[in-house]
Amino acid sequence: MEKRKVLLSVQDLHVKFRVRGRQLHAIRGISLDFYEGESVAIVGESGSGKSVFTKTFAGLLEANGAICQGSILFYDDKPVDLSKLHKPRQWQQLRGGRIATVFQDPMTSLNPVLTIGKQITSVIQKHQDCSPTQARARALEMMEKVGISQPEKRFDDYPFQYSGGMRQRIVIAIALSCQPRILICDEPTTALDVTIQAQILKLLKELQKEFGYTIVFITHDLGVVANIADRVAVLYAGQIVELGTAEEIFYDPRHPYTWALLSSLPQLARGNTRLYSISGTPPSLYNRISGDPFAPRNPYCLKIDRVQEPPLFQVSDTHFAKTWLLDPRAPKVEKPELIRDLHQKLLREYGIEGA
Amino acid sequence: MEKQSKLLPDTGPVDDQGREILLELEHVDISFGKGSDQVRAVKDASFCIYKGETFSLVGESGSGKTTIGRAVIRVNPCSGGRILYKGVPISGKLSKGLERQVIRSIQMVFQDPAACLNERATVEYIISEGLYNFHLYENEADRRQKVEQIIRHVGLLPEHLTRYPHEFSGGQRQRIGLARAMVMRPELVIADEPISALDVSVRAQVLNLMKQFQQEQNVTYLFIAHDLSIVRFISDRIGVIYKGDIVEIAEAEELFAYPLHPYTRSLISAIPIPDPKLEKSKVLLTYDPAVHDYSREQPKLTDIGNGHLVFGSGEELRQYRAIREKNVPLKTVLFKTQEQQNVPEQRTGTVERQERSERPVYDTGSRWYTAGAFLLPPIGFIAGAVFRRFRYMRCYHACKRGAVAGLVTLGAIAGTFCAALLLSVL
Repeated sequence: MEKRKVLLSVQDLHVKFRVRGRQLHAIRGISLDFYEGESVAIVGESGSGKSVFTKTFAGLLEANGAICQGSILFYDDKPVDLSKLHKPRQWQQLRGGRIATVFQDPMTSLNPVLTIGKQITSVIQKHQDCSPTQARARALEMMEKVGISQPEKRFDDYPFQYSGGMRQRIVIAIALSCQPRILICDEPTTALDVTIQAQILKLLKELQKEFGYTIVFITHDLGVVANIADRVAVLYAGQIVELGTAEEIFYDPRHPYTWALLSSLPQLARGNTRLYSISGTPPSLYNRISGDPFAPRNPYCLKIDRVQEPPLFQVSDTHFAKTWLLDPRAPKVEKPELIRDLHQKLLREYGIEGA
Repeated sequence: MEKQSKLLPDTGPVDDQGREILLELEHVDISFGKGSDQVRAVKDASFCIYKGETFSLVGESGSGKTTIGRAVIRVNPCSGGRILYKGVPISGKLSKGLERQVIRSIQMVFQDPAACLNERATVEYIISEGLYNFHLYENEADRRQKVEQIIRHVGLLPEHLTRYPHEFSGGQRQRIGLARAMVMRPELVIADEPISALDVSVRAQVLNLMKQFQQEQNVTYLFIAHDLSIVRFISDRIGVIYKGDIVEIAEAEELFAYPLHPYTRSLISAIPIPDPKLEKSKVLLTYDPAVHDYSREQPKLTDIGNGHLVFGSGEELRQYRAIREKNVPLKTVLFKTQEQQNVPEQRTGTVERQERSERPVYDTGSRWYTAGAFLLPPIGFIAGAVFRRFRYMRCYHACKRGAVAGLVTLGAIAGTFCAALLLSVL
C-alpha cells in the first residue's frame, strides 16, 4: 500500500460530560488516523459516541463536555492540536473553512428566514477574502456543482421553497464552498428517501474526486457504508472495536459486534425467518466498565472478557479488532453462518454468476 | 358486545379466489386546500387488503402514503371514493356505535416513538387508555392482568409499568407503542414507518415482534415505509405509490422479480447493498416521469395477471404484459463491468451553462428603494447613480423607476396646480 499523507491524527482521545453532577465517559480512548482524500465511515448504535467523536474535530462539543485526555493533530498548512483550542476566535478560522460539517436534518441546519443565496455567500465572504460579486459568482457555481438546475433563479429562494433532497444539496454546497480539507457528514441521508439518498451519496463521491476532501461519514446503515466508505471504524461504547477497509469489514469481520451488526441486515433475511437482533442494551457510560463492554450481549463471550479489556489485535496491515477471540490462546470461533460468504450470497441474490 | 356485532360483520366479503377482503379502497381521492391552492394528495387509489396479510405502501416522502393510512383511521376525510372495512363503508359520516367499533378494531403505530407517547402518563395508563375508553375489562384485576400480559409480550417487564416514557430508549418506546395498539386486540394495524427512527439492531427486534403478533393473533398490517429492503422482508404484498398515484401493486417476491413500472425499478436500484464491491459498481436508475406519454390516453391501474397491477396507458400495459409473459425475472440492479468502471462517468444533473450576469449579493432591487425614490426623486436619482457606479443594476433600476415616477407625479401635480391657478385668474 502506498504511503498516504495523514491529514488528521487522533491519539488516545477521552471525552467526558458532566450531567447532573455525574460523569459520563462518552469517548474512552480512540486513536485513529485519517488520510488525505479517503472516506472513513463511523458505524455504531445510537449512544456509541460516534457523533461526539466527530464533534471534537469541529469544536462543537456541548458546554458540559470536555476533552480530558489525548490529542487531535490536524495537519493543515502547519499542524494544529485541535484539543488545545479553546478560544472561539481560533475555531472560527478552521470551522467552516478547513473542516465543514453536514448535519442530519437539512431543515434545521438552514436558517429559515434567510435566502439560500445569502446563506451560501455569507460563508464564502467570511472565509475567503472576496468581494460580494465574486462571492455570488462562487455561490452560483457551487449550486450548479451540487446539481441545482437554474441556480440564478433559485438563488433568492428561501429554504422552505426547496424539497428535502434539494435542501441537503444546499447544505453540502455551503459546506464545500470554502474547499474544506475534511467534510464531516453526520447521518446526512437518514432523513431522506432511498432514491434521494442514492443521489446524495453519488454527489458526495463525485465532488470528492474534484475537490479531494476527506469524508468522515457517520451512519448506522451498513448499505450506505458499503456505498461510500474506503475504511470503516465500528464504534461501541465509546471505543473502536474494529477498524479496517470496507472489504475487510464486510467480507472478513472479526469482532462479534460487527458480526451481529451484519447479521441484522434485512437484505439477508427471507420472508418466514426471524430477523437477527442483538439482545440487551449498550452499557451505561456513567459507570466504570470493567472488561469488554460488549461481553454481556456477546454470545461468544469468554471468561476473560468480563475481567480484562481486550487490546486492539492486528489482523492485517489495515485491519484491527478489539476482541480476545483473536488471542492465540482463545478457542477457535467461526463467524455466524448467516454472514459467511456474504459476497457470494449477494451475488446469487442479484443473479450474477461468479463475477 | 351483541349490539355491536350487528354493525360490523364478523368476516369481510370473499373475493373470487377465496381470500377474505378486510379493507378495500375504491377510487379514493384525498385533497387538501380549496380552490386554486387545492392539492390532490391521493388520486384515485384502489386496492384491497386481505385478512392476515401484511400490505406495504412504499414511496418517497410527500407521495401520499401516510395520507392513505390516516384516511383509513378516519383522521383525514376522503374527498372522493370510499373505504370499505369488512364490506361496510367507513369513510364519511358514521353512526356513533359503528365509529367506536371501527376505532377499536383499527389501531395505529406511529413513526416517532419519542413524540407519540404521552410524556405525563405512566406506561400503565398509556397502555390501558384504550381499555378504559371501551371498557374492555371485567374488573381492575382483569385489566391489570391484560396489561401485564401485553407488556411481557413485547419484551418489557411489569415493573416498567409505573415508569414514564422518557425513561425508555427509542426501541423500548416503540415497543410500548406497539403494546398500546395490540392490547385492543385490533384486526387491522396501520404501522406508519414504525422503524425509520430506530437503530439497525433495535429495528430487528420491533420487526420480529410485529411478525410474532401476526402469527399469534392473525392481525393484518398496513405497513407504510420508504425502505424497500425492510418492506421485502415483512410484506406479503407491496403497493408502490408515486406522487399520489399507485403505480404498481404485486406480491413481494413478484414485485422484486418483475418490477414493471420504471419508478419501481428506480426504487429497487436505490436500495443500498451491504457489499462494498457490488455497491460501488452498481448502476443507479433514475426515474423521469417524462418517459410516459399520457397526452392521448389517461393511464389506469390495471391487472396484468399474476395478481400484478401496473399503472399505465394501453400501449404501456401491452409492453408490460409482454415482458411479464416471458416469465424471465428482470434484472433491475445492474452492475458496471470492470472496463466501464474505469471510464469516468458523465456528470449527471448538470444543465447547460446559463448566461450569468455578474450580480453582487445584496443587489436585491427591493421595492423600498422604489418607494423611497418615488417620495424623494432627487435623492433617488443620486442613489441610482451610486448604485450604477457599483454595478448594483437591480437596485439602480428600482431607484430610477421610483424617481422617474416621483418626478412625473410631482410634475403632474404642479401642472394641475398651475392649470387651476390660470383658470382661477382668468
